[in-house]
Amino acid sequence: MSEAITTVHAEPEHSPFLQHHFQGMGQQFDASKIGMWLFLVTEVLLFGGLFVGYAIMHAKHPEAFMQAHHHLSRPLGTLNTVVLLVSSFTMVMAVWSAQTSKRKLLILFLSLTLLLACVFLVVKGFEYNHKFAEGLLPGKFYTHQGDTIPGQFMFFSFYFMMTGLHGIHVLAGMGAISWLLRRALRGDFSSVYYGPVDLVGLYWHLVDMIWIYLFPLMYLIS
Amino acid sequence: MADALSTTATGHTAHLHGDYLDDPPGLRSWLTTVDHKRIGLMYLWSVTFFLIVGGLFAMLIRLEHLTPGRTIMDAETYNRVFTLHGIIMVFLVIIPAIPAALGNFAMPLLLGARDVAFPRLNLLSLYLYWTGALMALSTLFMGGVDTGWTFYTPYSTTTGGGVTMIVLAAFVLGFSSIFTGVNFIATVHKLRAPGMGWFDMPLFCWGIYATALIQILATPVLGITLLLLVMERVLHIGIFDPQLGGDPVLFQHFFWFYSHPAVYIMILPAMAVISEVIPTFSHKTIFGYKAIAFSSVAIALLGFLVWAHHMFVAGMSIYAGAIFSFLTFFIAIPSAIKVFNWIATMWQGSIELRAPMLYAISFILLFTIGGLTGLFLASLATDVHLHDTYFVVAHFHFVMASSNLFALLAGLHYWWPKMYGRMYNETLAAVGCVLTFIGFNATFIPQFVLGSRGMPRRYFNYLPQFQALHVASTIGSWILAAGLFLALATLLASLRRPKGMVDNPWGGKTLEWMTSSPPPTYNFEGQPLPQHGPYDYRPVPVPLGVERHQG
Repeated sequence: MSEAITTVHAEPEHSPFLQHHFQGMGQQFDASKIGMWLFLVTEVLLFGGLFVGYAIMHAKHPEAFMQAHHHLSRPLGTLNTVVLLVSSFTMVMAVWSAQTSKRKLLILFLSLTLLLACVFLVVKGFEYNHKFAEGLLPGKFYTHQGDTIPGQFMFFSFYFMMTGLHGIHVLAGMGAISWLLRRALRGDFSSVYYGPVDLVGLYWHLVDMIWIYLFPLMYLIS
Repeated sequence: MADALSTTATGHTAHLHGDYLDDPPGLRSWLTTVDHKRIGLMYLWSVTFFLIVGGLFAMLIRLEHLTPGRTIMDAETYNRVFTLHGIIMVFLVIIPAIPAALGNFAMPLLLGARDVAFPRLNLLSLYLYWTGALMALSTLFMGGVDTGWTFYTPYSTTTGGGVTMIVLAAFVLGFSSIFTGVNFIATVHKLRAPGMGWFDMPLFCWGIYATALIQILATPVLGITLLLLVMERVLHIGIFDPQLGGDPVLFQHFFWFYSHPAVYIMILPAMAVISEVIPTFSHKTIFGYKAIAFSSVAIALLGFLVWAHHMFVAGMSIYAGAIFSFLTFFIAIPSAIKVFNWIATMWQGSIELRAPMLYAISFILLFTIGGLTGLFLASLATDVHLHDTYFVVAHFHFVMASSNLFALLAGLHYWWPKMYGRMYNETLAAVGCVLTFIGFNATFIPQFVLGSRGMPRRYFNYLPQFQALHVASTIGSWILAAGLFLALATLLASLRRPKGMVDNPWGGKTLEWMTSSPPPTYNFEGQPLPQHGPYDYRPVPVPLGVERHQG
């Protein structure tokens, strides 16, 4: 049975960022990329449950949802859509800067992405504030007066759950981008090692994409 | 390959470094470890602990049913006990048992890898498991939970007690399961030993891979469902409440969209263990390698299309019922393919009836009973009669509980010498297996009869004519407990023996047997290269490249 196994001692690639159980930077990058894609699949399914719930309740109460969505501000929603789309562009540029070892550009584009994420949340904060003031709140906290069609609280239940969960994802993304920024300032990333920038970029595009679906679903019912 | 080394499988490989159990030493090094073997063992002992807790609840349930009416507890307590039994067994024992404990320990070894793809994520998954477990247990001090493990609305949104907490516990446990799944898929894709193609992998890895697919595709849906349930309880958002314009049956659809695939999270890794044990103790190449590998993936995917067979009487169009019924029959096919392939593997093999093999054969018998009784429940007409009776209870204990338990024990007895480098007393282990097998059948076969005669599940009280069968089932539970206790004691007693005496006690051909027992911290000295297929028991094994070339 001695021919059953042979072993080789692989020549280790010397990068301070190579973890011991990988044979090279390429393998490490590929593995982490698969991991991130799988994580994004779970995110899509997580939101997918909410989308299905929204679709079914919308089908049950079409008039209430139609009436309720007039309380949302289309201009602010459109502004936020544009903000997120531009932030996806700056994120792509950040990944490109890392891949081509342009450290200063990387820092610039990461900062811009972070700034746009802040703008998104500030706009969202103004919108939430308006809903709170008018009592347009989820479930039993819905106190809005003068509705002609009952059941509008259900729309706002979904509005707050879906935009809230999305907002949490934006916050998490900002945390990740800040972490990248710190490492970029330290000079970690280069054409040899840019995996984390690439992965956070993928995540950020997903956050953007979920908003692209939320916007017409919530703001543009007609 | 230039400086290729050879190790002999029968002789002992030199222990150049300490093994993973002692190197580095200390409790702190265990709690902060990222070694898949240590994480696997910590999962194993956590799962064992909760198996004992959940088992004690089961014993209390059976004891309560010794007589009609009150025996040892009142009806309220009974509801809480069976709920906690279900939740502990499903979320804390059966789902993590084989993938997270045995999968973590064995899969990287079988692949010839140094660790899983994301070792730190692996540790995080363990800590989330512990967090979820503590949250679940904390409900004992919040007035308990009496919804059953299925949390059906509207009862779960109106009853008191710790429902919110235990639902959040299941949410956290779901993330633990997702992280394990992500980790294992990336590991199988990227960390196979050089030269090991997809069809050169041991079948255990195929089974764990299929399981991981379900873990990442189904668990997020459970997560959002449970969050919606919490929101319904806290905010009355209305989605599941008919008084507010919602739909309680929607909860059942959401719940079973996860929870039916979840039963394949429980059974696929069990089948994966059996696919390793059977060829080793038959000393014969596995029969139908590709059929077994693809049937795992087929079960994983078909499993997503049958959820509504839990709801035939919940209010659904008869056409939907007919389609779900048909698909349920359909999924029996890949399961049967596996059973026939295992039997064909044993046929004309040189079978050694050692402890892991005894457990594996018991598994095949019990799984066959469980699988065939599932067909009665898949038929629309008989399901109306059998729905929510003890027949269902007995069926899912045969397919989920027994199969998972026997496969876990098969795998544990199989890899125990690898884990601890010690051999247990094989006679006692065999007695433990036989006792457990008898006990299991004695507990649950009477329940098939009870159910077909109309005894509803989850009821506190019953008619006097059911007592004889209930008594038989209760006595069976004592035999079952004795068998499991003996098995555990036998394994633990082996820890008093000297370490490092058995590198390959079974003559296995897969890579984990090609390193020392217990393995060194980084699994292998150097990078192992598989030279022949995982189950090549021919006198002169055929090299991998040649075999693949010949098809």
